[in-house]
Formats: sequence, C-alpha cells, structure tokens
Amino acid sequence: MQMPEPDGGVLARKARIVALLRAILPPDAVIDAPEELRAYECDALTAYRCPPLAAVLPRSTAEVSAVLRTCWEEGVPVVPRGSGTSLAGGAMPTADSVILGVARMNAVLETDYENRFIRVQSGRTNLSVSGAVEAEGFFYAPDPSSQLACAIAGNIAMNSGGAHCLKYGVTTNNLLGVTLVQMDGTVVTLGGPWGEPCGIDLLGVVCGSEGQLGVVTEACLRILPKPEGARPVLVGFNSNEVAGACVADVIRAGILPVAIEFMDRPCIRATEAFAKAGYPDCEALLIIEVEGSEAEIGEQLSRIRQIAMAHDPVEFREAADEDQARRIWLGRKSAFGAMGQINDYMCLDGTIPVSSLPHVLKRIGEMSRDFGLDVGNVFHAGDGNMHPLILFDANKPGDLERCEAFGAEILKLCVEVGGCLTGEHGVGIEKRDLMAVQFTGPDMEAQMRVKDVFDPKWLLNPAKVFPLAASAPRRTG
Amino acid sequence: MRPKTETELAEAIAGTRTPLLLRGGGTRTLGHAVGEVLETGGLAGVELYEPGALTLVVRAGTPLAEVERVLAAERQRLAFEPPDLRGLLGREGVSTIGGVLAANASGPRRVQVGAARDAALGVRFVDGAGTVVKNGGRVMKNVTGYDLVKLLAGSRGTLGMLTEVGFKVQALPEAEATLVIEGLDREAGLAALRRALGSPFDVSGAARHSGRSLIRVEGMAGSVAYRLGRLRALLGGEVTVAEGAASAALWREVRDVVPFHGKPGEVWRIATLPTLAAEVVARLEGQALWDWGGGLVWLLAEHGRGAEVAATLAGRGHATLVRGEGGPVFPPEAPEVAALVAGLKAKFDPRGILNRGMMG
Repeated sequence: MQMPEPDGGVLARKARIVALLRAILPPDAVIDAPEELRAYECDALTAYRCPPLAAVLPRSTAEVSAVLRTCWEEGVPVVPRGSGTSLAGGAMPTADSVILGVARMNAVLETDYENRFIRVQSGRTNLSVSGAVEAEGFFYAPDPSSQLACAIAGNIAMNSGGAHCLKYGVTTNNLLGVTLVQMDGTVVTLGGPWGEPCGIDLLGVVCGSEGQLGVVTEACLRILPKPEGARPVLVGFNSNEVAGACVADVIRAGILPVAIEFMDRPCIRATEAFAKAGYPDCEALLIIEVEGSEAEIGEQLSRIRQIAMAHDPVEFREAADEDQARRIWLGRKSAFGAMGQINDYMCLDGTIPVSSLPHVLKRIGEMSRDFGLDVGNVFHAGDGNMHPLILFDANKPGDLERCEAFGAEILKLCVEVGGCLTGEHGVGIEKRDLMAVQFTGPDMEAQMRVKDVFDPKWLLNPAKVFPLAASAPRRTG
Repeated sequence: MRPKTETELAEAIAGTRTPLLLRGGGTRTLGHAVGEVLETGGLAGVELYEPGALTLVVRAGTPLAEVERVLAAERQRLAFEPPDLRGLLGREGVSTIGGVLAANASGPRRVQVGAARDAALGVRFVDGAGTVVKNGGRVMKNVTGYDLVKLLAGSRGTLGMLTEVGFKVQALPEAEATLVIEGLDREAGLAALRRALGSPFDVSGAARHSGRSLIRVEGMAGSVAYRLGRLRALLGGEVTVAEGAASAALWREVRDVVPFHGKPGEVWRIATLPTLAAEVVARLEGQALWDWGGGLVWLLAEHGRGAEVAATLAGRGHATLVRGEGGPVFPPEAPEVAALVAGLKAKFDPRGILNRGMMG
C-alpha cells in the first residue's frame, strides 16, 4: 500500500510544530515521544504502520479549533482519530501528520427523551451512548460490531452500519446534527435535534466523508424506544441459491426482521470448531431476528417458518428462551474470532444486490481455488453487505499481497454485479486505489470538489479515499 | 426545453447562455428563481425494479403517480410517503420522482422510516457545466466515497439536475389503523403524540389538527391490534379507531395539508422540537397542523409574519414560507454555513445558471 512521501519541510520543523501545539493545549494533551507515538501508528488495519509526527488529545471544541488553525497555518496534515478501530486504515497516519484524537471528549451534553435525542461529545463510544439512555428505555440504533470500543466520531466519519441496520438504518439515518471544526479552525453547526435539513444538506455529506471535511466534536443523535423483546431463528439450507430465495421471500412478504445474517459452509465449519454453537453442517445458514412483544414475535416467526418451510430447509430452529437465543447468535458473533484462530485474515465489506448472491458466492469459491487461499463468508443478507474473510499467513512472504489481490478481485466482482466496494467500513487507504472501478473521473472529481470547499489546502486526512494519482494535484498543489 | 435523454439534457445545460429554471412537474417548486424552463419530464421510465431486494431505480422525470402504480402492483410503496402539494400551493401539473427527491419531500411516516433522503440509494445528475455525475448506487449499504446523494436531495436543482434516482422501497403492510383522540386541548393533544412516539409500539404517524390527535400503527394484523390496545391504554382520552382505507384517508389529509386548501393567508412549514410545537403556534396565532409528533408545524397565518416566525423560533428550528408573498422563502443561514453552501454552488454550478436565486 503506497502512501505519499512525507513533506520534508514539515519533518524538519517538528520541534517548532510541537512547541506551537504545546502553547495552545495543556501539557498532557500533546504527545511527541517516539515510544508513545507507536500507539498511533495504525488502526485496526494493522498490516500498515507509520508513527505520526505528533499526536494531540484535545478536550474541547475550542482546543480542536486551535489545533486545526495552527496546523493549517503551518501546512501540517492532520489525521482525525476516534478509537482507532477502522478496518480500512481511515486513521492511519503519515510521518508528517498530526493525529488529532477525540478520545478525551466523551461527555454526554444533553439527553431529551420527549424530543428523542442525545447530544454527546464525539469521542464517546457507540455502546456507551445507548448506555446513557438505557435506564429510560431508549437506545441508539447503529451497532457496528466494534461498538464497545468505537467512537461516535469514527462512526460519523465512516457512516458506520451494523447488524440491525436493516430496520433502523445506518449512522446517517440516525444523525441529527454536528458541531464541525474545519481545517482553518472555523466552527460550524450543521443540522439540529429537529432532524429536518434546512437548505443544502451539508450534514448528509459530512457523514461518511472519512474525516476529510472537518473534525466532528459534538453530535446530536436520534434515540429510539427499546422494543419489548427480540428473538432469533436459525434456518439451515443445502444451497446458497435456496437460502438467497428464502431471504427475498421474507422481505417480499413485508416482514421486517431487524437482522438477517448469512453464513456459508466454510464459515459454519470454522465457527463450529471454535465456538461449538451446535450449528447444522450445511451449505448456508440464516439467522433471522425479529422484535416486538411476545405475541408479535410469535406472529412474525410463524410467518417466517411458513416461508422457510416452502424452501425445504435442513433445519429450522426457534429459540425457546434467552439461552437458546444466545446460542443461535454465538456462532455468528464468534465468526471473526474463529477465522482468526485458523490464520490471519482480511475482512472485506463490499455490497451486492441480494439477487446476485449465489453467483457471487460461486465466483468467490472459484477465485479461492485460483489464489490458493481459503475464504469464509458472513453476510448481512437483508441488505447485501458481504463480509468475505480471506485467510492468509502474514509470516509467509507474498501471502499478504496474494490476499490483497484476491480481495481486490472480490470487490471488483461486487461492483460488476451492481454493488459497491464498501458497505460499512469505508474506503480509507484499503480500497482507495479501487475507486476507479466504481467511479468515473468526473464522479470522483465531483466528490473532490466538496473537499476543495471544506478544506481547500487538502490537509485533513489527505491520502485517503481517492486514488493517490487522482488527488495528487490537489494535495501537492 | 424538455430533453429526451440524459445526453441531450447535459448538452442543453452545457450549451445554454441563459440561466435555467430546472423542474420536474413544477408542483412543489418554491422560491424566486427565473430562467428558461428545463424539464425532466422527457426522461421517464423504470430502469430497474427488484421487489425481492426492495430496490427501484427510475429516471427522474417519471411521474410520482406512475412510480406509485408500479410499486403497488407488487404490493410495495415509497416508505417516506411523499406529499402532493398541488392543493396547498394551487398548482397544476404532474409531480415527478426527481422533483420529490430534489425537494426531499417527506410525509407523516418520516417519524418512523426517515425522509426521502434516507430512502435514496443513488442518483445520476448533470452539474452546471453539463457534466454527468453518478453517486451512490442501487444497494442499501454503500459508503464508497462521499454521499452526494444527500447533498443533492433537498438541493432543489441548485447543484445539478437529477436524471436518475434509486430508492429503497417498502412492502405494503398487511394492516393499518389510527387512534383518533378527541377532547384534549392543544398541550395535552401534542403531549399524547410525544408519549406515543416515546413508546415501543412503533408508531408510523403522529399528527394533530382540527382538535384531534392522530396516531397510526401499521404491520401484521395481530401486531397492529396489540399495539393499538397498548397505545389506547397508555394515552387515554376519547378514542375512536379508524382502520384500513379510513385510516389511510386521514393520513392523506395530513400529508397533503388538506385543511389549508383554498384558505387565504400565508403558509409556513416549520421544523422544530416537538416540545416547542404548541408554544410556536400560540405565539404566532394561526391555524396549525402538526405532523411528526409536533416536529413539523404547518401554520396558516396572516400575510407578512416572517419576522415574527423567525423571532419566535430563535434558532430552535427553521421555517420555510411555502405559500405567500414577499420576504425570503428559505431562512437565512449562519455566515459560516452560507460560505460553505456558496462554495459548493460555485464548484457545481460555476456559471451560476441553475435555479439562480431559488434558495437565497
């Protein structure tokens, strides 16, 4: 993975830049010792590492503004960082950049149950937002699997999804407003708790812009009343086609499960060996979860059973109690860990039209043989968001490169069948150079123009999202 | 001008020497833009419809009624319930699906499923230089690159002209029913809406007008009956229930602001906090229709109330003058926001020819 050459001028001015940052922040908020900077050398895409020039941990919007203004005046790139859980390298620094971490800004600023919103500082973790409103019977819906650790700032930057977005939508559908600091230090308020945009929807384009338009310091989030209950069923099939047809029938019937998860045979076998959840040994497995009162859950599950039975499943298992529900989810939730037991893995997240599922899985199987690397598939089936896990050995020379080449082929296939490169992890550096597969030059140009407006000097997270060659004239301009 | 293809439309924009007034059917156009009319009506038809994937991609000039007919044939619909504003605005013409997204036009179900912007999966548009741009796509989860779909939704043709739009659609529910609560004063009637929306009973509409509070639930028959019962117990009051077609008729009235049709006065569309909804109306002394649990206030008032509306809201929401004369239609933006919007317009429409002056 290529990164731009660091700016020698910036590297040479490290002492001056650190001194300027120390002048505007408390002493403990500026990190420049090499051993401490190692903590910021990568995010969850650990294959690539580079310590930053410095890291800062501001505690307020005013401090963030002062940092950005200083870096803007000095021409220093800034890489915003939430909790560093990006799988796409969204928070990966360059040697000439300052990491701006929002982790210390984690306060709840306001909860309003009657108007159904919460306002938080952006370093607050996803799960602790729900935690703050749980006692009143509310929750924050987007639930990325890293929700224990990941920060709202990163969720907004990547427009994070989760297993339950089939019903509740992703971050952008639950984000009401932000306080955004632009690279030159300007503080802007976008949106508000009333939700309805006024004029051009700037909030909509900020969400998912991967920290390239500004640093979000505060967020106003929609909270929802918790459903009375939830219950999963597990359905096993001996063919991916039939499992896919069952998903389509459930959706067409007007039942809106909160989640429909799909696992293929390699993944089922790996998780069985690891977690012993008691899954049937079959070609494809669905976990379908519905919500509501006991009676409503019963009504939906009986309809789902009716639909599934028409497809002659190997097994249809309803959870009779909490423990059985937990066991149904156990294998799915252990899938990544199980694959990790076997070997290193790379997880992709391209999205495909649900109807292409059998074709795509067949092609991935063929590619797996061609590349000589095993792959297991977990899949948010209701919305077509795939998660192929490619196994490789990081200690074996050439394996990572082979794995990346395989991954790129899978993502190209996703685009070819009408889907996209990334459904929830973001482009970051990982998929940056594949953008031209999905977009024409003018398509990317239109997106880069937005950054030109928010960050004319291209100092915020500049080496991400767009192919380096495409962004070069702007970055080096 | 009414081009027949996207290429013709791009050429028309690239080649124009005068400002253009872009529109679908002109049924919900607001603001004071002037220019040569350029319509999308020639770009009509379904590109792709996969009911099993809840995905619809259509050309922007396709009539909304046609989209609704195509969906209904498969027992599906647009979840966000786009309003028909012809009666309110005294317009004729055919509403187009592109116009719906360009205005981010969303009805009562927004409280449950989000706005037009939230259902939009992808767009194709032509910018002010005549360049064709694609963003988003046809799949439900897509974070590849910036979300220009949101930027274009609600931009009313000031950044580009939509030529194709993709939506996530919704299956028609098996049943729907509405609790009609009478005998509550304004405060209590609006509080009932908030209590319903704060309950776990998945309310898909919460509105009040003509002295009645309306609360809708939709879904499977057993579930609708269960939730109606629970909401009834929760809210109290003099309650009747409207089911099926009778319920649907009540929500068409709310969606299209029927109580204001043909009545004189100016009409404001105010987005605010539900808890401020009563206060805003009390201070402004007009006839009101509240939707979205009070988060949307339609206000019919005497002419020339702009300054009072702004003073009453005092930054706690925003108001658009959808019918009336004089004064700005859209509220002024904070200077730093206005600078960003002006910057985007300069980039996407460097000659300043697309719906110039429409949004201030």
